[in-house]
Amino acid sequence: MIEKAGPWRLTGFAAVQLLLVAPTIVALVLAVVGGATSLLVVGIPVLLVGLPMLRWISGAHRQMAAATLGHEVPAAHRSTQGQSVAKRLTTWAVDPATWRELAWAVASVTVGLAIALAVLILFLPVVTWVLWWYATPHLMALRARLDARLLSRGHHELLEERVQVLTETRADSVDRSAAELRRIERDLHDGAQARLVALQMNLGLAHELVDSDPDAARALLAEATATTGSALGDIRDVVRGIHPPVLADRGLSGAVDALALDLAVPVTVSHDHLGRLPAPVESAVYFAVVECLANVGKHAEADHAWVELSHRDGVVTALVGDDGRGGADPGAGTGLHGVARRLAAFDGSVRVSSPAGGPTLVTLEVPCESSSPRTTPSSGTA
Amino acid sequence: MRIVLAEDNALLRDGLTRILLAHDFEIRHAVDNAPALDAALADPEVDAAILDVRLPPTLTDEGLRAAVAVRATRPGFPVLVLSQWVEHLYARELLASGAGGVGYLLKDRVGNVREFVDAVRRVADGGTALDPEVVSAIMARPRARAVDRLSPREREVLGLMAEGRSNAAIAAALFITPKAVDKHANNIFTKLDLPLAPDDNRRVLAVLAWLDS
Repeated sequence: MIEKAGPWRLTGFAAVQLLLVAPTIVALVLAVVGGATSLLVVGIPVLLVGLPMLRWISGAHRQMAAATLGHEVPAAHRSTQGQSVAKRLTTWAVDPATWRELAWAVASVTVGLAIALAVLILFLPVVTWVLWWYATPHLMALRARLDARLLSRGHHELLEERVQVLTETRADSVDRSAAELRRIERDLHDGAQARLVALQMNLGLAHELVDSDPDAARALLAEATATTGSALGDIRDVVRGIHPPVLADRGLSGAVDALALDLAVPVTVSHDHLGRLPAPVESAVYFAVVECLANVGKHAEADHAWVELSHRDGVVTALVGDDGRGGADPGAGTGLHGVARRLAAFDGSVRVSSPAGGPTLVTLEVPCESSSPRTTPSSGTA
Repeated sequence: MRIVLAEDNALLRDGLTRILLAHDFEIRHAVDNAPALDAALADPEVDAAILDVRLPPTLTDEGLRAAVAVRATRPGFPVLVLSQWVEHLYARELLASGAGGVGYLLKDRVGNVREFVDAVRRVADGGTALDPEVVSAIMARPRARAVDRLSPREREVLGLMAEGRSNAAIAAALFITPKAVDKHANNIFTKLDLPLAPDDNRRVLAVLAWLDS
């Protein structure tokens, strides 16, 4: 929260705004003329002067508007850092912020100028001081709202950005689930299904041989029993990969407890306010934790790891830490990147802190408002 | 031997009933959901229970919870839990519910009728029947590295011991004499620093406590 300016400071703002009218007009003219002639080479240097100037002036107005309104007025320019002159001009041309600033410049030297002038005129003659004292905050708030509206990211752009994010994460989840289905299909087809076919053949043959060659039939039956066991094992593996039964039974906390029991590195698990969560969130966070702990086992050379699970203020947080050698790079491996993409579908995020020498801390956060009260079996002491 | 059987899949329930009846067990109650199971377990006439982990209404782990609960009110009540998968966490909860009289087997094991019936009898007699998958998962944990000190034969003996087999059964399974099993067992106890315990079951629990530490 920014502290709001009082009438004296607001009057100062009005004075500054009055002083900036001339430069604004200059910048506006330069930008328009430069833009119009940019296809001819002469327009380019004109633009290179005009647009930054306009940007600087509007930046000053943003700050004044922020101080008047008591909240941030963010600029949201597209970054042109490290771009060549030609690329920078293109970025400016397609950046909605540029067009907003041009529109603002027109409003600023007309309506904006009128408001600033009114404040200063009220301030000058001593008789209207009382009026000045009351009117200035209102007038300047009006002006600041106008500036903020014109200079800041619009509702429309926010929606556009949101749509962009949703489109990307949706494409990701669609791709991922398609790949997942392919994997499951392959596992079932090459594993359990093939074994069941073999089983059926063995049983059929045993059926034929049971009278003529009981010994052979017995051998085939023994083989059939072994094949059944392998088929069941295959199916179990597939099921575990889709949704571990213990996750369905005990939720995220129980599943992470169970996971910790079977890992090479000793893992301490703590839970805080973690009831049952919606199944998709439980699953996403669980597999993310699985990935993080697998990384600990593979790369960290840690003696000890810990997982802290909590659900507070509508956010599920899983912190996975280890006392290993650090240096985990979220950009390098596919593991952490995959985790980030998986959680992105839930508007979740991944933060990694891993200085060389450790410790490595991976923080997974997923917004999750409703905790579903689905399963609380109540059988005595359990 | 009067048994409570809880299994929601009708095919499996009938199959289990048939196997148990053929081996002179009496099925007192055969139920397909958790509330009916709770009622059946309240029957003082029953001697043991065979339960599926997952039961209606919620199809999560109510079978296991019922097992732990009944053993809290009737200490040592023999319970054999059957499951489609092995979960180390559940094995621990069962073992923590008191000494002896517990079993945790994959449903696959029912296919080998003789071994399954053996396991039921062992559990009903206050022994232990842990699925070989549970045992091997525990033994494969890198934290159980001290197992490496054992010879391959000793490891085999340890595995069978952790499943809950008696010395005689181990001897039969490995085609060695009971005396040789005794010798291996003593070596194992020395190498793993396990206290000597008089009966078979305490011995199993000692092994498991060590493997799980």
